[in-house]
Amino acid sequence: MSNWIEICPLDDIPRLGSRIVQRKSGGDIAIFRTADDTVFALHDKCPHKGGPLSQGLVHGQRVTCPLHGWNIGLADGQALAPDVGGCDRFAVQVDENRMVRISV
Amino acid sequence: MSKPRLVLIGNGMAGVRTIEELLKIAPDHYEITIFGAEPHPNYNRILLSPVLAGEMSLPEIVLNELDWYREHGITLHTGKQIVRIDRARRMVVADDGSEAPYDRLLVATGSTPFVLPIPGNDLPGVIGYRDIKDTDEMIEAARHKHAVVIGGGLLGLEAANGLKLRGMDVTVVHLGPWLLERQLDEVAGKMLQKSLEDKGLKFLLQKQTEALLPGEGGRVGSVRFKDGMQIAADLVVMAAGIRPNYALAEQSGIYCNRGIVVNDTMQTYDPKIYAVGECVSHRGIAYGLVAPLFEQAKVAANHLAGFGISRYVGSVTSTKLKVTGIDLFSAGDFMGGEATDDILLNDPAGGVYKKLVLKNNRLVGAVLYGDTSEGPWYFQLIKDERDVHDIRDQLIFGQSLVGDAGHQGESRAASMPDSAEVCGCNGVCKGTIVKAIKEQGLFSLDEVKKHTKAASSCGSCSGLVEQILSSTIGGAYTPAASDKKPICACTEHSHDKVRQSIRDEHLTTKEMVFAEMGWLTANGCDKCRPAINYYLISTWPHEAKDDPQSRLINERSHANIQKDGTYSVVPRMWGGLTTPAELRAIADVAEKFQVPTVKVTGGQRIDLLGIKKADLPAVWADLNAAGMVSGHAYGKSIRTVKTCVGAEHCRFGTQLAMDLGVKLEKMLFDMYAPHKVKLAVSGCPRNCAEAGIKDVGVIGVDSGYELYVGGNGGIKTEVAQFLCKVKTDEEVMEYGGAFLQLYREEARYLERTCHWLERVGLDYVKGLMVDDADNRRALHERLLAALKDAKDPWQTSREGAALKQFIPIAVDA
Ligand code: SRM
Ligand SMILES: Cc1cc2nc3c(=O)[nH]c(=O)nc-3n(C[C@H](O)[C@H](O)[C@H](O)COP(=O)(O)OP(=O)(O)OC[C@H]3O[C@@H](n4cnc5c(N)ncnc54)[C@H](O)[C@@H]3O)c2cc1C
Ligand code: SF4
Ligand code: FES
Repeated sequence: MSNWIEICPLDDIPRLGSRIVQRKSGGDIAIFRTADDTVFALHDKCPHKGGPLSQGLVHGQRVTCPLHGWNIGLADGQALAPDVGGCDRFAVQVDENRMVRISV
Repeated sequence: MSKPRLVLIGNGMAGVRTIEELLKIAPDHYEITIFGAEPHPNYNRILLSPVLAGEMSLPEIVLNELDWYREHGITLHTGKQIVRIDRARRMVVADDGSEAPYDRLLVATGSTPFVLPIPGNDLPGVIGYRDIKDTDEMIEAARHKHAVVIGGGLLGLEAANGLKLRGMDVTVVHLGPWLLERQLDEVAGKMLQKSLEDKGLKFLLQKQTEALLPGEGGRVGSVRFKDGMQIAADLVVMAAGIRPNYALAEQSGIYCNRGIVVNDTMQTYDPKIYAVGECVSHRGIAYGLVAPLFEQAKVAANHLAGFGISRYVGSVTSTKLKVTGIDLFSAGDFMGGEATDDILLNDPAGGVYKKLVLKNNRLVGAVLYGDTSEGPWYFQLIKDERDVHDIRDQLIFGQSLVGDAGHQGESRAASMPDSAEVCGCNGVCKGTIVKAIKEQGLFSLDEVKKHTKAASSCGSCSGLVEQILSSTIGGAYTPAASDKKPICACTEHSHDKVRQSIRDEHLTTKEMVFAEMGWLTANGCDKCRPAINYYLISTWPHEAKDDPQSRLINERSHANIQKDGTYSVVPRMWGGLTTPAELRAIADVAEKFQVPTVKVTGGQRIDLLGIKKADLPAVWADLNAAGMVSGHAYGKSIRTVKTCVGAEHCRFGTQLAMDLGVKLEKMLFDMYAPHKVKLAVSGCPRNCAEAGIKDVGVIGVDSGYELYVGGNGGIKTEVAQFLCKVKTDEEVMEYGGAFLQLYREEARYLERTCHWLERVGLDYVKGLMVDDADNRRALHERLLAALKDAKDPWQTSREGAALKQFIPIAVDA
């Protein structure tokens, strides 16, 4: 059922950084890589005022939004308290050849 | 494997705060059990005063709801008093016989009101003022007529004020010569008494209470004094002081001496047992205010969590009286004595009194009455032990002679109505902040920032928010001394400490810093990472590698992000000069990439706004081709050198302002700094380049140049200070460069030159780079060495791996 698409080799995403994935159907996806090579994907739209999370600073399993500094959990897409709000998540796989896929 | 068990005795402010701090840094370390003698969850004891005054209700002051304990898996026993600590079996025993074993024990039993040892002190209607039960009893007793409060300290006056507001006839009896003699000097004490008398309170000073006599029905009826005088009393509140509650600990053999004796790690003589709060004696001092207790809580949590790196070394405290309409603040050693000087401002008609106590040119104490707006600033100066000789003459008038921008010059929080806007960036008004402080139990500026967003953007209202905090929660608010303030929640270490370790230990990567300094998070956060990256590359230029992922987006993508996620691009125009060819290239780029807005900036150059990120490399390529480079409008870096037309054209010009401006800007190209850096060069004192509000301002005069430093035209307008006069262009470059290198080496990240100068003083800087010629040259050379081979970041980001961030990955979906 789920539709896995190949994105890029893991090393094309900087550690503690991200890349933007553009869908034809619209709605960019931000794909993040943590220090220990865990990969997460979120809708590239901050729950606060829609800032591009892909442009944020990644630390631990969080990203700080570039516009007003909300912290969003990469695993659950939820804003860190006391802020409230969330954005969509996408499932991610990294295969044995270090290729990243996401399910959209 | 089962977890070690932690038991807390005392479900009060210091104990539960320790648990909160512990859960933050080691959420799953312990199986936690809490015993509290009171039948309530942890509440904000200091707000009992507004409850008594009828300004708040009990449910509003609860800090941790029962759900909080449940969510964190904490077993809570309310209404159970621990009567024995069995240290041999490592168990505590409660009054109902229940037992709980521990691996670590935390004692936070607070204190009890001191009850005068006089006849009648156990009559019904005689109460201490400590908890919800006492408060309820006082509210209940308010249907009677006469109340007598024994003790004219903070607690006594807040009790008296509350009872008066509940309609009682209140007399405050005080042994001392004036009110609050431990917090105020005589003049301020008398002014306070006058204002309270205007509110209808009565005072009997220097009176010694001899006995409490029963009235009708066995309840207390009157108070008799040593001099024979007797007054009616249906309620007597004992507020003559508190006594640390350490009997339990002492009985179980833990060493006590007017409090449970702890070391700097908050450990008692039994290594398994820690203690925090009012029950503790640390270096001989038992604190009775929340702020120091919270510092203790943080240290205890750090050790309970097994990090073992923090120490409590004592606190300077400040106090505020929480009586609505009365503004009073004191901090430190305000009585003074030998070897201290006083600076006084006394305006009885205006109701303002200020006294500052100085010792060896350092502020050691302050008393403010009537206008406490500068309280937080003085308190900070006391804690920082800053040498104030250079600002001595203005000290008493306060820091905010020049208002901050963006809140109508308002600087006194107390006089602002609830509806007044405090934070202009996020539209937060005073009432919202007060409400959040009370209802959510906020104690620090950071917490207010998080919960209300006030002061979380440009920060210019931080001072106002601090005042609101201190008037709402009294002495519970304490700013940390800024040289010890941790950078962020990831660490205990301050900016200064981190930078020093980077230098002393020769650390060259963030990973080394994290490991060497025991970072609490795996890879920092958006506050510490950019700071560390700056300290690394400024301390070890050409050796430490810049880490783009530790830079915020503007610096990472060499352009300013806009609200819609597009970017703006500002090419450098050296000294504000341009050419027809450059203008043509800009026009071509604007057309080719359909740039929606082209604007002349306040920095004498042109901004192309609304460019898509993916287009940035191509835009830069075109600009580079026309000889233009990055203007760093995005960086904590050299921004602009503004110039006027100068002697090149102007009939008044004395010096070649444009020429010198261009030379300065070229010298500083690609210079990163703790914050942004702006310069200006004017050709004569008419100063058309506004050199008076720049980090470094240069004004041409007939005999050479006047140099000014530390100006700021932003959030807090600050006029630059005169540094010195020099003769030649070369000297301007050397002095200006040396000043900026000193700033780069010593200021804390995100400190503009004006804030740094305010902290260290201009004389300090002059000593190092005006008076000391060798050091000046050395500084200048270090700057030039660091900037050697600087490359245009637009050029380098268009090449190799750096280019990837600009290219989106397109997928078929
Ligand atoms: C483009 C420009 C406004 C304009 O259209 O003129 C501008 C735009 C921004 N300024 Fe500014 N400032 C601009 C001149 C100024 C000036 C005037 C000057 O430089 O002569 C000042 C006051 C002078 C000073 O800095 O002392 C100024 C004081 C600020 C401040 C307050 C700094 C302070 O320490 O108080 C900030 C906030 C900050 O830096 O934290 C700021 C921050 C910003 C930011 C970068 C806000 C941000 O973080 O996104 C703005 C980017 C807007 C955008 O969407 O691209 N801007 N800003 C000006 C660019 C000048 C240039 O050519 O580089
Ligand atoms: C009316 C009032 C106004 C105040 N205003 C201010 C102010 O403006 N600013 C400020 O900084 N401070 C203020 N304070 C002081 C502040 O409230 C205390 O410093 C702080 O609460 C002390 O914290 P603690 O945890 O040490 O003690 P507490 O908060 O008193 O907690 C101790 C708890 O331990 C319980 N306990 C004791 N023995 C046992 C036992 N054997 N078994 C189980 N439980 C036990 C007690 O019942 C109590 O609940 C005020 C205090 C009062 C009463
Ligand atoms: S350009 Fe400067 S003054 Fe204008 S809105 Fe942005 S930060 Fe504020
Ligand atoms: S849009 Fe993300 S914090 Fe405002």
